[in-house]
Amino acid sequence: MTTPKHVQQLDRVVIRFAGDSGDGMQLTGDRFTSETAQLGNDISTLPNFPAEIRAPAGTLPGVSSFQVAFADYDILTPGDAPNVLVAMNPAALKANLAELRKGATIIVNTDEFSKRNLQKVGYETNPLEDDSLAGYDVHQVGLTSMTVGALEGHPVSKKDAERAKNMFALGLLSWLYSRPYESTMTFLERKFAARPELVAANKAAFSAGWSFGETTEGFAVRYEVAPAHMRPGNYRNITGNTALALGLVAAGVRSKLPVFLGAYPITPASDILHELSKHKKLGVTTVQAEDEIAAIGVALGAAYGGALGVTTTSGPGVALKGETISLAVALELPLVIVDVQRAGPSTGLPTKTEQADLNMALFGRHGEAPVAIVAPQSPADCFYAALEACRIAITYRTPVILLSDGYVANGSEPWLLPEVSDLPDLQTTFAEGPNGEDGKFYPYLRDPQTLARPWAVPGVAGLEHRIGGLEKADKTGDISYDPANHDFMVRTRAARIEAIDVPDIEVEDPSETANVLVLGWGSTYGPIGAAARALRQRGLNVAQAHLRHLNPLPKNLGEVLKSYDKVVIPEMNLGQLAHVIRARYLIDVVAYNQVRGMPFTSSQLESMLEEVIKNA
Amino acid sequence: MPSTPLQLTAKDFKSDQEVRWCPGCGDYSILASMQRFLPELGIPREKIVFISGIGCSSRFPYYLNTYGMHSIHGRAPAIATGLSVSRPDLQTWVITGDGDALSIGGNHLIHALRRNVNLKILLFNNKIYGLTKGQYSPTSEVGKITKSTPSGSADYPFNPISLALGAEASFVARTIDSDNKHLTSVLRAAAEHQGSAFVEIYQNCNIFNDNAFEVLKDNETRDNYLIRLEHGEPLKFGKDSQFSVTHPAGSFGLTVEESPTAEALVHDAHQEDPAYAFALSRLAGPDLRYTPIGIFRSITRPSYDEIVRGQVARAKEKAAGNSPEADLTALLNSGDTWTIL
Ligand code: SF4
Repeated sequence: MTTPKHVQQLDRVVIRFAGDSGDGMQLTGDRFTSETAQLGNDISTLPNFPAEIRAPAGTLPGVSSFQVAFADYDILTPGDAPNVLVAMNPAALKANLAELRKGATIIVNTDEFSKRNLQKVGYETNPLEDDSLAGYDVHQVGLTSMTVGALEGHPVSKKDAERAKNMFALGLLSWLYSRPYESTMTFLERKFAARPELVAANKAAFSAGWSFGETTEGFAVRYEVAPAHMRPGNYRNITGNTALALGLVAAGVRSKLPVFLGAYPITPASDILHELSKHKKLGVTTVQAEDEIAAIGVALGAAYGGALGVTTTSGPGVALKGETISLAVALELPLVIVDVQRAGPSTGLPTKTEQADLNMALFGRHGEAPVAIVAPQSPADCFYAALEACRIAITYRTPVILLSDGYVANGSEPWLLPEVSDLPDLQTTFAEGPNGEDGKFYPYLRDPQTLARPWAVPGVAGLEHRIGGLEKADKTGDISYDPANHDFMVRTRAARIEAIDVPDIEVEDPSETANVLVLGWGSTYGPIGAAARALRQRGLNVAQAHLRHLNPLPKNLGEVLKSYDKVVIPEMNLGQLAHVIRARYLIDVVAYNQVRGMPFTSSQLESMLEEVIKNA
Repeated sequence: MPSTPLQLTAKDFKSDQEVRWCPGCGDYSILASMQRFLPELGIPREKIVFISGIGCSSRFPYYLNTYGMHSIHGRAPAIATGLSVSRPDLQTWVITGDGDALSIGGNHLIHALRRNVNLKILLFNNKIYGLTKGQYSPTSEVGKITKSTPSGSADYPFNPISLALGAEASFVARTIDSDNKHLTSVLRAAAEHQGSAFVEIYQNCNIFNDNAFEVLKDNETRDNYLIRLEHGEPLKFGKDSQFSVTHPAGSFGLTVEESPTAEALVHDAHQEDPAYAFALSRLAGPDLRYTPIGIFRSITRPSYDEIVRGQVARAKEKAAGNSPEADLTALLNSGDTWTIL
């Protein structure tokens, strides 16, 4: 018998699954996201996990969480405050409670609220028994014991039975928000293909959670979130790292060049290496090099031979690659360097996000060594940003730094799948014969439009030549110590980057009367956009512009910025873009900075912008 | 393959660049031997690439009319790995020195060797830093007085042959700059080897470390100092063949016995176990007495290039018939997808 339930429609829900790093919260969140995607809601996710693989169980540093926002309209962020917290233990409750608003739903696993576990995180009394959770809608559920009970008779160990509690929780939440569960069933069959008893146990745990929701009186209301109005087409939910990897594969197909990746494992970039290593069929070669320097070295060697050379890393790795990037600047060869930024300096907070490598990307090399810089603004956009980085590298024969970050890399959103034939055509040509009017070959004779030199790969008879890190004479590429030539070459290499064709920046201002512009770059797009929307709904006008190209900057940028009374730049660093804008355009921008390892919340940006607008 | 054999000469391999080593430098003779040797390979110039790091030796590629890259300090093996793996149609040589390969680039050298990347690595060992004007190198003797070590160097040196063997190199040899015939024979064997071929070339830096190898060159001393390794030949040497390399019972190492009746070991460069080649590499003392030259080790092991390319080729074979565009479309549409009408 099921209790008749009241069904309530919601437009947007934010759920956070939180538990110990061993509790499978990332997987639970992932599955819930997938089910939600199937339903056609718009989605945005935010995983948050410790750097340690298994931090001490039950402790605050060991808490791992996964937040998913879903709505019946298009959303830009995973949400600030969760409406629902699933807390698998006292640590998860303690670590996340401060971010909940009163009235939020909390589902706790009471089985973990032992005296010892409470003490571990400094609870002197049990928060489930005192009034510290007053004002919240608390559901005390024995997730572990009920899972073990439901799996009685299943031929699995007690440990495996207890482990399945995340599926019980997923079943309960799936029921509560009326999610379709077929994809999770298929997923379990795939995941545990080698152990059918675990497939059965996990499915049973899921069903038990679902039935518990249906039968218990604790949950009187069931919710529905209608599909969002999204553009027609095929979708999949995608993380930034996967999208970036697929963008590189696509660039290989569209350029007809073999993709050659050199990488050294580093958080949070390793998933790109993992993903690319699966696509040999599409001609992708991956080399896990002995260190960061070798990783870019093999990529550059392959680029010299005519491949699409790529290296993927995070900030510390880019620091090590600096010398080779400068060599690539001197050699004028295409090369893509992916920096999935994390909080630094040094090892910093390896699993947390930050945008503090912009200075390094712009200036972090010896000599005058400018490179192009592109930054994605959302998880799915990583696909297009990767294609754009490859376009610039191939067309202009230059290293390009692609500045992703932990937030877009691990976050996910629905992606409207493109038609391959609609993707940019990146085909290029290698030098095939002499290019000089005198019938000779000049390796540094430039295309007058792009200022790019020929891509002269070994193997072509008659074009044998030597290149290297020593300064080269204009046109011939021979070693030259001539002062005037050096001056000319330095200026030419700079002009070459400035000459890169990048689209003008566009401003979004429905009112067309805003006098405050908020300028962002990279992953702050979501929170800035959400804040701007909220302000406009309240009748406040704000213009928004977002930079995809950090070098060169769009040609119209100065003019656009100068047409506003105030320009605000929120960044997850101490003002690196703000510094560039001030120096370059002599505009005293308002820098709003935060380095907490977490993305901005839209509400904090909303209040900050409101202040600026009122004082403008 | 071209239908008529290539008729190239040493001259065809000379570039138009002025050679800028110090007069008398051992690099000249290595370059001349290389230019004389390359035509013998029958490989067209455009299919040969020389990649170097930084240092006097690393200027080598500029002087050869092939493709070439003078890269950055220590990184040539890494850059060459990317080229070699992606371009099996090329023959890739790495030119390096004792500082470039063993100090700043030590990591790349050992990993290229253990992977067995299809590279011919020539290490010009002059036991000194030349281009930076005379500091001690990782192969300089302990106590070496140089500009940076006025009280003598405290560093214990590397033995490059021992190091290469320890790094699992499949081909390890040593030769001398001034011995054109021997140098050429070693280059020939290195060029034929599949996988990493590591060649240490004793090279005289007449400016900062003159005559470092003189005892191995001087008519008076060399016969009693040099052991010429020939696969399948007994390890007998000396003016009157009075020395034999033997393996004393109960010892891990080899020794040199001065006795016409001693039973000399027969050199076997193909031994799988590197212990023998390693023992050979330990024979010479700091005074260079009993220095083996020639091929210490040459074994067959699949190259990294072959394995990596094989994986890609097999994956492509499975996809035979599909266009890359179709495969990409399938890839983009994989996983849990849904349709909005
Ligand atoms: S410094 Fe020594 S190694 Fe360098 S070119 Fe002069 S002689 Fe040769």
